[in-house]
Amino acid sequence: MHRRQTDLPLAAAVLALTVGAGLAASAILKTGPKRPPDSAPGRTARRSGFGGYQVAGRTVTIAAPRSRIYEMWRKPDHLTDFMEGLAAVQVSGEDVTWVIDTPDGHLAVETRLVEDRENEALAWRSVEGAEIDIEAKVQLRDAPVGRGTEVEAHIAWRPRAGIVGQWAARLRGADPKMRGKQELKRLKMLLETGEIATSSNRKAD
Amino acid sequence: MRALTWHGKHDVRVDTVPDPQIVNPRDAIIEITATAICGSDLHLYDAVIPGLMPGDILGHEFMGRVVETGPKSTLKKGDRVVVPFTISCGACFFCQQQQFSACDNSNPVEKQEASELLYGHAMSGLFGYSHMTGGYPGGQAEYVRVPFSDVGPIVIPEGPSDEEVLFLSDILPTGWMAAENADIQPGDNVAVWGCGPVGLFAIQSALLMGAGQVIAIDHYPHRLDLARKLGAKVIDFKQTHVLEALMEMSGGIGPDAVIDAVGMESHGFSPDALMDALKQKVGIGADNVHALRMALMAVRKGGRVSIPGVYGGLADKFPIGALMEKGLQIRTGQTHVQRYSKELLHRILEGEIDTTFLISHRLSLEDAPTGYRNFHGKQDEWTKVVLKPGMAQGS
Repeated sequence: MHRRQTDLPLAAAVLALTVGAGLAASAILKTGPKRPPDSAPGRTARRSGFGGYQVAGRTVTIAAPRSRIYEMWRKPDHLTDFMEGLAAVQVSGEDVTWVIDTPDGHLAVETRLVEDRENEALAWRSVEGAEIDIEAKVQLRDAPVGRGTEVEAHIAWRPRAGIVGQWAARLRGADPKMRGKQELKRLKMLLETGEIATSSNRKAD
Repeated sequence: MRALTWHGKHDVRVDTVPDPQIVNPRDAIIEITATAICGSDLHLYDAVIPGLMPGDILGHEFMGRVVETGPKSTLKKGDRVVVPFTISCGACFFCQQQQFSACDNSNPVEKQEASELLYGHAMSGLFGYSHMTGGYPGGQAEYVRVPFSDVGPIVIPEGPSDEEVLFLSDILPTGWMAAENADIQPGDNVAVWGCGPVGLFAIQSALLMGAGQVIAIDHYPHRLDLARKLGAKVIDFKQTHVLEALMEMSGGIGPDAVIDAVGMESHGFSPDALMDALKQKVGIGADNVHALRMALMAVRKGGRVSIPGVYGGLADKFPIGALMEKGLQIRTGQTHVQRYSKELLHRILEGEIDTTFLISHRLSLEDAPTGYRNFHGKQDEWTKVVLKPGMAQGS
């Protein structure tokens, strides 16, 4: 009985010290000395905030000329051939509406082409009043000796449902980061081999 | 069709399943005439390789006749083909480098996630293996769908029997690449751990490449006998101190090159625990690396280490000090089968390589579960099992 009484405050003190040390450490890490910027793309930074935007991006090397990949994105009507998360694309001049499959149904995002450098870069930004605030960019560079083209795609968006919504989306397999990576791999498969690999033994019904 | 399917640890059955179809333009459908049970099928049988699902069709060593082709296949109906166990597109950077088992485009996108988490990158698709390598239905069946049929399958001329060419699908090129990875120089002392089919082919290949002496290490008398017949000296680790013997048999220097043809053995990790751990991004348990540890200790200073044996996870007590301080070189990997197909077919047709010596049993496809049980439980006599869908059950 006597022991228990003395142990309780001791445990509380240990707990307080541990938590306190953790908080202090995280405070030091957060406010640590400023480091000079490195060469890595900003989206790979350890920080999580990008001015209220979520950022996801990925680079793939595709054994195809820049012009061929540029053409595919410049006229995005056929992107649904390989992008499984894309239900439809409606193109009207510089305006493109992307109909994206989400676990909550279709999400139509109206965008406008805001950057177009032939065989180098394309970017779209959501228009005023669009359902989601988003910018998407595709950049093309020559890969080292004969490897084709480095395709870098990234999107920045303001999540609709905040941090809870993002985690919910991740749990339902709708994490834009993973989906974006997988779509780029499908593009690579289609351009390099003419088909998208499947281990299914039967055609989809 | 009938097919050998996996249902869990030590539970394989021959089931009736839907016939495969042409799905992609470069596909072909092959009617199987002969298929073998591989040592790595035993890793699946023991459930130590993660990512198998009940109902998966096993088998990655197979050959047969083309019965259907997609519009972009270069095969013709009736062609007789052996199919490499690695599925490779032939067009990506890795295939262009002849690193076919690293193909970027044959492992379905959604199946690559687990490998990226576990290994950093996803490897090529493989037939009849883990879903981490695509989960492609295998060839221990009456029919199989072969993707990228314009790249992998080797057309076999009429003449040689199925048994003479079947092992071009995996174990012959795997043994050959094991010897090539050991960078064998004329007169070399080479030690090979494991006298299973891959070890035996590695012995044969090392001798063809000019090794002066090959020392084979195992404990099954019959398997050691097969190694001896190929021209190897043998060490039975149940009766001899291996490290001491290897030093004495190599003039006190140690073998110039060592080949670990054993792999992770049966003391691995259970798939459920492994997949859980994988999801949590923490450690995934330890492969049994006993043979590799011995090989690293035995090899001479500045020597070469080749690892054709299959590993899947992490290694405990890995002698990293011996590796670095002795200045060793390691080469390993799933076999780049397509790199060796032509040359090895030529050597078979010329009579330089015999592949039939290790076949101990021939069974019908219906008797495949018996084959698994005995290849697993009676390793001394059951050295290699060939399954023939055309054969009558029980014969």
